[in-house]
Amino acid sequence: MSREKILAAVKANQFTSAELPDLNVLASLTATDANLVEKYTAIASAGGSFVYEVADLEAIKTILQKEFKPGVQVISGVAGLTDYTDAASVVHELSHSFANVELTILQSNLGVAENGALWLTEEQMHIRVLPFIAQHLAIVIDKNNFVPTMAQAYEKIGDARYGYGAFISGPSKTADIEQSLVIGAHGPRSLSVFIIT
Amino acid sequence: MSSAVTKDHAELAEIFNRDEPRVDWHDETLWWVRAKRDIAAQKLPEWELLRETASQIKNNVLSNLSEYLTQFEANAIKNGIIVHWAADAAEHNQIIHKLLSDRGIDRMVKSKSMLTEECHLNEYLIERGVDVIDSDLGERIVQLAGEPPSHIVLPCIHKKKEEIGDIFHEHLGSAKGESDPKILTETARQHLREVFLTRRSALTGVNFAVAETGEFVICTNEGNADMGAHLAEIHIASMGIEKIIPERKHLGVFLRLLTRSATGQPITTYSSHFSKPQAGKEIHIVIVDNGRSIQLGRKDFRNSLKCIRCGACMNTCPVYRKSGGHSYHTAVAGPIGSILAPNLDMKKYADLPFASTLCGSCSNVCPVKIDIHDQLYKWRQVIVQEGYSPKAKTLAMKGMAFTLSSPGLYRAAGKMGRFTFKYAPFAVNNGMNPWYKHREMPKAPEESFGEWYKKREGEKR
Amino acid sequence: MKVALFVPCYVDQFYPKAAIATLELLEKLGVEVHYPKNQTCCGQPMANSGYEHLTTGCNNLFIDNFSGYDYIVCPSGSCTLHIKEHLHSPQSEDKATEIRKRVYELTEFLVDILHVEHLEASFPHKVGLHQSCHGLRGLHIAQMSELVAPAFSKPAKLLDMVQGLQLVQLGRQDDCCGFGGTFCVAEEAVSSKMGKDRVDDHIEHGAEYITSADLSCLMHMEGILRRQNSNVKVIHVAEILNHSIQ
Ligand code: SF4
Repeated sequence: MSREKILAAVKANQFTSAELPDLNVLASLTATDANLVEKYTAIASAGGSFVYEVADLEAIKTILQKEFKPGVQVISGVAGLTDYTDAASVVHELSHSFANVELTILQSNLGVAENGALWLTEEQMHIRVLPFIAQHLAIVIDKNNFVPTMAQAYEKIGDARYGYGAFISGPSKTADIEQSLVIGAHGPRSLSVFIIT
Repeated sequence: MSSAVTKDHAELAEIFNRDEPRVDWHDETLWWVRAKRDIAAQKLPEWELLRETASQIKNNVLSNLSEYLTQFEANAIKNGIIVHWAADAAEHNQIIHKLLSDRGIDRMVKSKSMLTEECHLNEYLIERGVDVIDSDLGERIVQLAGEPPSHIVLPCIHKKKEEIGDIFHEHLGSAKGESDPKILTETARQHLREVFLTRRSALTGVNFAVAETGEFVICTNEGNADMGAHLAEIHIASMGIEKIIPERKHLGVFLRLLTRSATGQPITTYSSHFSKPQAGKEIHIVIVDNGRSIQLGRKDFRNSLKCIRCGACMNTCPVYRKSGGHSYHTAVAGPIGSILAPNLDMKKYADLPFASTLCGSCSNVCPVKIDIHDQLYKWRQVIVQEGYSPKAKTLAMKGMAFTLSSPGLYRAAGKMGRFTFKYAPFAVNNGMNPWYKHREMPKAPEESFGEWYKKREGEKR
Repeated sequence: MKVALFVPCYVDQFYPKAAIATLELLEKLGVEVHYPKNQTCCGQPMANSGYEHLTTGCNNLFIDNFSGYDYIVCPSGSCTLHIKEHLHSPQSEDKATEIRKRVYELTEFLVDILHVEHLEASFPHKVGLHQSCHGLRGLHIAQMSELVAPAFSKPAKLLDMVQGLQLVQLGRQDDCCGFGGTFCVAEEAVSSKMGKDRVDDHIEHGAEYITSADLSCLMHMEGILRRQNSNVKVIHVAEILNHSIQ
């Protein structure tokens, strides 16, 4: 069987041991609590995200009302944002049925200042395809939930169990045609980030 | 499979260079990507430590690979993923074809996977009646053009937007003459959305597979891997055995390096961690060797398996920039391709380690610190020793070595050589001296330094 | 201090002026320089072509010529690097090891060993400095653009001491010129394109001279400049540093 053949070949050709490096130096070099929201906002905006600092969920609704026409399909996975289709109520539907969703709103509890990425697991997405298939995506995060770099992000994630998780750092994009940046490849055409202050 | 290649890198590069403005354009575009990488790296004062750390993690991986592979497999199975093992490209392709045919599936959507390029999976499946559509925009473009990708991160970097416009007009019905990247991308979006919604099977590559958790990570900007995988009934992920990393926290090192090195972005738009299949759906992983375990055993070349496929070595390589990815006639082009390919077929790829000036830029941008240019030098030695070097060159080298080992012969040859250029180190083995095509010969001086020095000694006495 | 001058074969044959300037400069700086007369070549042309196994004769000859010196100084980064990395001899490996430790490219010798801080030299021209790859990334005589690390340049430091000399900024500070030993003929198309582009960068930025610590690159670029009938000239860094105040 190939499994045994491959593992035996690998084992025969492995060289003598090399220890894993200590990651603490990197983690401590990059550890900081200073201006995380500010840094996040600068980098996420440069990556094409729209970042809003808002006082509460009400403020989000007001902004969304302005940005989206009434009547379009909006799904919310954020507790408290209940004016929209509740993501939890549609988890048993076929993923394909979300093809016409205009906006998905989801919660993240972990943001990374150095690269504008927000961590969401399946739990917060409710349905894996939701943050990808919608024409637009909005993510809500508390201002205290930011870390400086990916080193601290994975410290926070720790050994959490999830079926699926993703760092999302902006709208879907491509630069495959002559390196010119185009927003809106296959996924959402925009990412709005609401930071609750 | 594509037919046997008869042209080597130098010939293909010569053809590429017949259109000089195009070479300039290709070179500038890739240099710009390199410059973006520099800016991104310079923003992190800890950059060099990050590279060193990544390299050390990979050292550890290569030292314990069989254990990590078994650990990964056990954890993936625990998570409900089905694991397959493929010794070579043929087995990889068979496994995938069987997964599809067992389920009566004859259409698949694919996101970027250089491994499937290496295995020529598309051709294999298409020959067996499976419709395969690449969903990464760049890959879709080259697929429609009937070409392989010319770059591992930027598959159609060799194509101009007007050419892409023509391809889209022909295949996707965009307006004739349309070449605006925004409009062309929108055309692809509409076309591929329909594909995502109708394919029951999706294939993706794997950027990192975590032994500790059994999860694997895929990085894209477009979101095409996720669109494909989440909508399909069966998600097949192909990975080389070297994609393993020990622990989840190590992602915190590699994800900081990968995209900064690749495009200068701080991270890709999506870094997706797949751990368990969705309810009622399947995830399969095909773990592929295809020569990697042999490379692992080559002391001088095993470090090439550290590669995280960022493409930085290509963007910085002056030879790549000025010869184009297709001149390497292998799935992975550029410096890294030139040290990987001879392991697979030393005869066919004997030219690639010589397609370099050994300038060393590649090794110094590489986020996992692969000693690429030293390996190119070492491959040259192996290729010559194994007899894959032209006989005439060997004869000439022997003659040169003989001359240069003897001061007397050297002085005599030098006298003639200055006029005939015959013994200049770079002009060896060339009756029709190619130097002269674009360059003048150095002017022969009246006397060599040795002769001058002798005279001066005489005068002093 | 016993110093030997290593003049690589192509410098000996084609660019004796650079070797003479190196010798004179070192003597001006008070160094007693020996020139072992039976030297030929470092063996790099064979080794880089995959024939390192044919360099035994060259290596032994090199060891015969250069053993017993405190320093071996060479006006070529590439040849210096080859000796540093590849000089071995089964018969006299300890001698080879000594030589590998003691071989220096000229500008690094001037800066690191002689600690030159001042030069009586004048060269009132606009000069482009070509960072030769082997000197740059192999010997680290300057900082390469790839790394996140403090900038420095030993040749530039020395050129800054020359009266009237103005270094021009380049578009790409350390892209390769495309010489690459046998690469320049085996990959003629790419090699000459690389050389052309390098030369253009210097010309666009107003250089009257292109200098370098490596003559192989200069030889390549000179071939291109002369084909273009350009007024821009190449000059080895030693010739500038040795250029007396008139
Ligand atoms: S060899 Fe290094 S630089 Fe090249 S693609 Fe691999 S990781 Fe990137």
